[in-house]
Amino acid sequence: MTKLNTLFIGLSAGMLAVAPWIINAAPYESTMGLVQKVFYFHFPSAILFLVAASICGVSSGLFLFFKKPKADGWALAAAELGLVFGAVTLVTGPLWARKAWGVWWVWDPRLTSSLLLWMIFSAYLLLRKYGGPGSDKLGAGMALFGMINVPFIYVSVNVWRTLHPQTSVVPTLPTDMGIPLWFCFAAFTMLFVTLLNLRARLEHQRARVEALYLAEDEA
Amino acid sequence: MRFCRVFVFLVAGAAAAPALMIAAQPPPQSEFVPVDEVPPGEQIPAINLVATAYGFVWVVVLGYVWSIARRLQRVEAELADLESRRK
Repeated sequence: MTKLNTLFIGLSAGMLAVAPWIINAAPYESTMGLVQKVFYFHFPSAILFLVAASICGVSSGLFLFFKKPKADGWALAAAELGLVFGAVTLVTGPLWARKAWGVWWVWDPRLTSSLLLWMIFSAYLLLRKYGGPGSDKLGAGMALFGMINVPFIYVSVNVWRTLHPQTSVVPTLPTDMGIPLWFCFAAFTMLFVTLLNLRARLEHQRARVEALYLAEDEA
Repeated sequence: MRFCRVFVFLVAGAAAAPALMIAAQPPPQSEFVPVDEVPPGEQIPAINLVATAYGFVWVVVLGYVWSIARRLQRVEAELADLESRRK
């Protein structure tokens, strides 16, 4: 890890360590009470889950149509982060829902399509690990399919009637709730960017190792 | 005569039964009534759910950072080894 990456990891870890105190100072939501505080971690991870899917899709497109091998490393890194942030979203959401809605899970468009996207990433990573030759191109097609799902997930709560809150909730939050939310969002984003950078670096180094082994075999 | 009396009594009882049952019912609710006193066994403590959510995030993030650092160290050591062999 470079010094800059270590600094960013430390900074985001520090911000996430301070976050519970800032979240604790935020007022209780009138109908849900304490359990609504799950929102401060759930929302940033959900947005970054969609960002990861978009980065993975765009990078896969660059790899597939413009033959840029480095873009494949970025796609793989983004897919792994999508899996991590998606898992956080899909676990924190039901923990909040159990108290707020009375059920762990409902098969509504937002939840179902989010689970579908997470499963696409799981399949993508399994394909890349065990698919053998040609799995990079097949995986790139799968990532593009996953990216198409992103706008559908985002607007689904506004188009269909669901239990999940609409996208208009966040812009209309009172300042007392907005400050902890955007603080957590900044911490998560910094962590996401640093991890994406490190994971892509890992993939590029692996490519170099592979190239060196090939050169050794040819010599 | 006795049979007639019993018959009239039963018919009157059968006719009065629905009215008595309706009268015994609590008055219907005209609007949503919040439950103020939920038995403790049926309450879900929010603190457990919030603590689980935050704990899960920390475990996943720390685990993933550790995993990346370990994999990166291994690959960079392998790369350094290969490059030194080529020189």
